[in-house]
Amino acid sequence: MAVREKLIEVKDLQISFGTGRKKFVAVDHVNFDIYKGETFSLVGESGSGKTTIGRAILRINPTSAGDIYLSGKKINGKISKELDKEVIRKCQMIFQDPMASLNERAKVDYIISEGLINHHLYQDEADREAKVQKALREVGLLPEFASRFPHEFSGGQRQRIGIARALVMEPEFIVADEPISALDVSIRAQVLNLLNHLKREKNLTYLFIAHDLSVVRFISDRIAVIHKGRIVELAEAEELFLHPLHPYTKALLSAVPMPDPEVEKKKKLLVYDPSVHDYSVDKPVWEEILPGHFVYGNQKELVEYRKEI
Amino acid sequence: MAKTPILSAKDVEIQFSLRGRKLTAIRKCSLDLYEGETLAIVGESGSGKSVFTKSFVGMLDANGSITGGSITYNGQDISKFKTEKEWLDIRGKKIAMVMQDPMTSLNPLKKIGKQIQESIELHQGLKGEEAKKEALEMLKKVGIPDPERRYNQYPHEFSGGMRQRVVIAIAVACRPQILICDEPTTALDVTIQAQILDLIRNLQSELHMTVIYITHDLGVVANVADRVAVMYAGQIIEFGLVNEIFYDAWHPYTWALLSALPQLGVKGEELPSIEGTPPNLFNTIQGDAFAPRNKQALAIDFVKEPPFFSISETHQAKTWYLDPRAPKIEQPEAIRRLREKMRARG
Repeated sequence: MAVREKLIEVKDLQISFGTGRKKFVAVDHVNFDIYKGETFSLVGESGSGKTTIGRAILRINPTSAGDIYLSGKKINGKISKELDKEVIRKCQMIFQDPMASLNERAKVDYIISEGLINHHLYQDEADREAKVQKALREVGLLPEFASRFPHEFSGGQRQRIGIARALVMEPEFIVADEPISALDVSIRAQVLNLLNHLKREKNLTYLFIAHDLSVVRFISDRIAVIHKGRIVELAEAEELFLHPLHPYTKALLSAVPMPDPEVEKKKKLLVYDPSVHDYSVDKPVWEEILPGHFVYGNQKELVEYRKEI
Repeated sequence: MAKTPILSAKDVEIQFSLRGRKLTAIRKCSLDLYEGETLAIVGESGSGKSVFTKSFVGMLDANGSITGGSITYNGQDISKFKTEKEWLDIRGKKIAMVMQDPMTSLNPLKKIGKQIQESIELHQGLKGEEAKKEALEMLKKVGIPDPERRYNQYPHEFSGGMRQRVVIAIAVACRPQILICDEPTTALDVTIQAQILDLIRNLQSELHMTVIYITHDLGVVANVADRVAVMYAGQIIEFGLVNEIFYDAWHPYTWALLSALPQLGVKGEELPSIEGTPPNLFNTIQGDAFAPRNKQALAIDFVKEPPFFSISETHQAKTWYLDPRAPKIEQPEAIRRLREKMRARG
């Protein structure tokens, strides 16, 4: 494989909330790269810090240690105003709940063009309207919809509006935070198809945040599994599904509901017990156990993992 | 099947009046529930799956009413019940319900223990210490560790999964005959979801309950159900044993639902999706309600409503495809291959 361009690099990231005695470290020692044009997924249970990482990349949450690079430029902590603007334009977000993430009192026209207005990214009124209409068409909505309010749309259409709002800024990188969890089964497929289509067309890069592994396998190139603020395993999507190593990954995979009654009735549920790790003496490390397959564990565990391969 | 159903709904029609207009949410829907089974009702939002089952416990919203058909339970037609007093003997006591969102179905101002005790005192006539003992027993049963301490805590001190366990404890406290679970795991994480499904399954065999699951997650259905009923636009359009629905479905809507699952998608290819929107239930629907969204719809689908055709003793589908006069239509590739595909993946 040719050397791929790294769009996002995250190095030893730590994010904490509060100070002093109330300090809570939500994310710790997180390392990963996202290559240009790929879909990188973060999977974990609620409270594991997956959304926090996504928000940190977009500069919404401040980081307390470590670095984040966008195309080689450091973008966390104190940065210049110009770079800040550039990051905001290049990195956009799609939110989970389309019912809650659109301003109920604004028309679709305003919702989509808010970013353009804030960044003065249009020449004149006609240009702005043209951009809004183009974004609407790209997500499969009619340009007439610009004059309507969000409540006039169904869940799937609202999620499309959320995607159009991100697209209009012509981003390179999109953080999609559980974009289909709140949607119905029949609409999920449509939104997934749309995301895949846009990715090819515009050469976008996604950070896909989800707790549902079944969806993730379909959409992602690489998957990172996160537990309690630490990434415990990272691999190519198929590799992770076929050869999971870390016990938490195995537990997550065993819980994925499969639409096949015979498989489901036979399956055994694995429960992850964090106390199986004895990290008191033998400190764990983040190790590349196979090319492209990383796992978190101490020396003893790594020996075990190697045997399994 | 020779068994007699414990609950039998016949041609139920439910209407809501909204701003002076009539919306028919359930259109002549029939369903038999057999003792000890687990029935799953699947469908997208707005298909009426919640409304239909809510009518079994008399919990329709104030603007809705059962306008036709009958629901027979224990020899009584419960669809004719008018007063709350009549319902008290059934709701909670014989037929209980677990709601979707554990964050909103508990009272945030009352202790967990008291909320369980409330239903025990109301329905079983136990008082004070006795009721408390029973409540603690229930907490233990649903797998909440350290019940004595948990008894005196408030809902906000519980995690989502634990809260759902409490809601289940309240529902089964009176040993109901039928337990209706309305999307019990949609709001929960995958790992927790699997645990809750296990819990419901264990309680079911321990307390000899009959369980109705309402869900849109076909993975959950495959896991728990004995029988499946698929709903679309206020009607059951196909029902059968779980294997019959997953491996040998016949209604085009069931096909569409199954093939849209990302689990079955091939990376790099489009997922088959269902275009269009469900019909507006304010209008009367002519023919097969799914026809406008079905690319292979027959001409008759737009004119005449199909009856149920039997595929096996336990499996029926409401589609003209099964009429002997219909042109030969093959099950889509995805459905036929479902079985092999899932096998190959292990």
